Amino acid sequence: MNTLTVAPSPHVHGDDSVKRNMYGVVIALLPALAASVWFFGLGALSVVLTSIVSCVLIEFLIQKFILKVPTTVTDGSAAVTGLILAFNLPAGLPLWIVVVGALVAIGIGKMTFGGLGQNIANPAILGRVFLLVSFPAQMTSWPVPSSEVDGATGATPLGLLKESVKSGTPISEIAGLPSTQDLLLGSIGGSLGEISAICLIIGGIFLLCTKVITWHIPVSILATVAVFGGLLYGVDPETYASPLFHILSGGMLLGAFFMATDYVTSPMSHSGMIVYGVGIGLITMLIRTFGAYPEGMSFAILIMNIVTPLINTYCKPKRFGEVVKK
Amino acid sequence: MLKTFSIGGIHPEENKLSAGNAIKEFHLPEDIKEVKIPVAQHIGAPAQPVVAVGDDVKVGQLLAQAGGFVSANIHSPFSGKVKKIEATTGDDGKPAMMITIAVEGDEWLETIDRSAGIKRDITLSAEEIVKKIGEMGIVGMGGARFPAQVKLAVKPGQAQALIINGVECEPYLTADHRLMLEKSEEILIGVKILMKAIGVSDAYIGIENNKKDAIDLLSKIAASYPGIHVQPLKMKYPQGGEKQLIDACIGRQVASGALPISVGAVVQNVGTAYAVYEAVQKNKPLIERVVCVTGKPLQNPSNFWARIGTPVKALIEAAGGVPEDCEKIIGGGPMMGRAFATIDVPIHKGSSGILLMNKKESKRGEIANCIRCAKCVSVCPMGLEPFLLSKVSAKSLWDMAEENHIADCIECGSCSFTCPSNRPLLDYVRLGKAKVMGIMRARAAAAKAAAEAAKAAEAPKA
Repeated sequence: MNTLTVAPSPHVHGDDSVKRNMYGVVIALLPALAASVWFFGLGALSVVLTSIVSCVLIEFLIQKFILKVPTTVTDGSAAVTGLILAFNLPAGLPLWIVVVGALVAIGIGKMTFGGLGQNIANPAILGRVFLLVSFPAQMTSWPVPSSEVDGATGATPLGLLKESVKSGTPISEIAGLPSTQDLLLGSIGGSLGEISAICLIIGGIFLLCTKVITWHIPVSILATVAVFGGLLYGVDPETYASPLFHILSGGMLLGAFFMATDYVTSPMSHSGMIVYGVGIGLITMLIRTFGAYPEGMSFAILIMNIVTPLINTYCKPKRFGEVVKK
Repeated sequence: MLKTFSIGGIHPEENKLSAGNAIKEFHLPEDIKEVKIPVAQHIGAPAQPVVAVGDDVKVGQLLAQAGGFVSANIHSPFSGKVKKIEATTGDDGKPAMMITIAVEGDEWLETIDRSAGIKRDITLSAEEIVKKIGEMGIVGMGGARFPAQVKLAVKPGQAQALIINGVECEPYLTADHRLMLEKSEEILIGVKILMKAIGVSDAYIGIENNKKDAIDLLSKIAASYPGIHVQPLKMKYPQGGEKQLIDACIGRQVASGALPISVGAVVQNVGTAYAVYEAVQKNKPLIERVVCVTGKPLQNPSNFWARIGTPVKALIEAAGGVPEDCEKIIGGGPMMGRAFATIDVPIHKGSSGILLMNKKESKRGEIANCIRCAKCVSVCPMGLEPFLLSKVSAKSLWDMAEENHIADCIECGSCSFTCPSNRPLLDYVRLGKAKVMGIMRARAAAAKAAAEAAKAAEAPKA
């Protein structure tokens, strides 16, 4: 020993890292990915791989050749964006459209703002919404799960609900509306990662247990949906679907556990997270019930992403000694 | 459910390597002929030397007198001759005034009771106790080193509870733990003395649940000390923080900028309680303390009874010496301790631990972008926003830093510890806090001066 290192405290670190959190999300999404491959076959896997590879590659190329900064693709954030983008796409989507989505997500959604931590909106959702408005036909062509017929497409549960309610059919008489068991297991139409509620719940619990996320955002979203859906259902169960149906269908669980909880675009205080979650729950339910689209999770998250800086200004954490306890 | 503080907190690895090792008396090796005693070993004004070069001093003799209201007396831990009084390199690498003593024998002042027995009867009055504690140079021994008599100078009826800090929430350190096991009754008598000094009938000794043996032992003895409650606490850092400990023990939160006495609490460390016992019952000044010498690269992590002024290097030698791969040596614990620039420095009244770290442990991780995960906000025990404070400090936005309560920061380091991006959050916040507090002090001084000027201008008219 010749010289001593002198640095200010703390002298130890808790070993948490960006990588641990990002790959935690990837691991948590593996059960849902397995369900997707089970129901939709290798078409799902090729969309997922294309999306991840394009997102990572696009980030790498932009950092290397345009921004000329050291590359950070190994931190796993681009891979997570790719995975979540793919989970929001129909299995069997032409792969070139997937690449366009990745380009919008990473190129416009993330890198134009300065990369990881700087973006305002969730890049994966931005990519998905861009594709939805640009390629409406391809983006709503949902393959039938476990189909014997190649290329057969059907409706999502929420799509079926919207069409039927528009035409005045009471919910109990809608033909082909999936059972709770189908919603849980995932033998339904939909984006490739959103179908199996049970797999998403397992992944969500994993994220909570490993402290990658806290309960505030998912619980406040789901509670809002349950209350809002419950009220409408209580008024007229033939026009409005049950709260359980709303929670288990569409992108609700995928959004609540994996998309709304995106660190960069969600609020910084626990009270802010609850405001944000309630906002997402409300907007989603308004779109689903009264809007033109059958599903509103992506739009709701995007809107609340934009509101996040405002939430951060007004919802400050509770300071020590601010409210003196009796 | 075990009690703990209500906001934030972290769970660093305990690494209490020396918890099972009894405190050993440390004798100054033969080859060390002289020791240096700093005159500033406490928060507040440095003490003023009252000895001159060439004077003979005995163990326990006053070397330097408190230099103000917030200051503390310094006594000689060794006998010998005063050789030099001059500024030399202190433990932070900056010059510090020290009294050098050429050690000769071990001759104690006769007024100090060196008998082995425990003295239980408290004969001094409350005022006499506070005065004695001041005379004997007692300071907060958990590391903050705040002069003890200042905290005890409360108005009658102002204090409602005495809170004793036996938390030792810093990883590695075991000095307080060992002291509670080996000097249990003396600590309880010390607590009794402190209770009498501030006129309260209840005292709570907060101890974290990882020290079950100390909780059991003190609870057993405390049965014959009415009013002293041993309070087991759930493990969580920084429970030893004054405000956090009050919240954990009696559920009251001290407001921003206020002192513990505003909620009727006075907090002292267990080590301080023991020093108070020795000062009041045995007439012994604060000249030695328990120092935990520990760390993964060290051969024999140990707890020593060491005289103040013992060179840090000598203590490390006694615990196996500085290993080859040692990279960083810290005075205190890993969360709030200060890294030594040199180990040719003496220990002081607040030296609870000396921690050695190897190269791997002392390396900071590579800094990445803030991912706005909000984990720093979740762990902050003061309910602040470290990500925001560090950013505004880095950009010198002092107004924003003040508005966001940077002055409340207790510098516990939970934010930097937690950050997945290895951002040096506390480095920036500490900088910003110092700046903002300077601005606040200057503003208060200017306001006071303006008020006085206005008063002076008005006076002739009246």
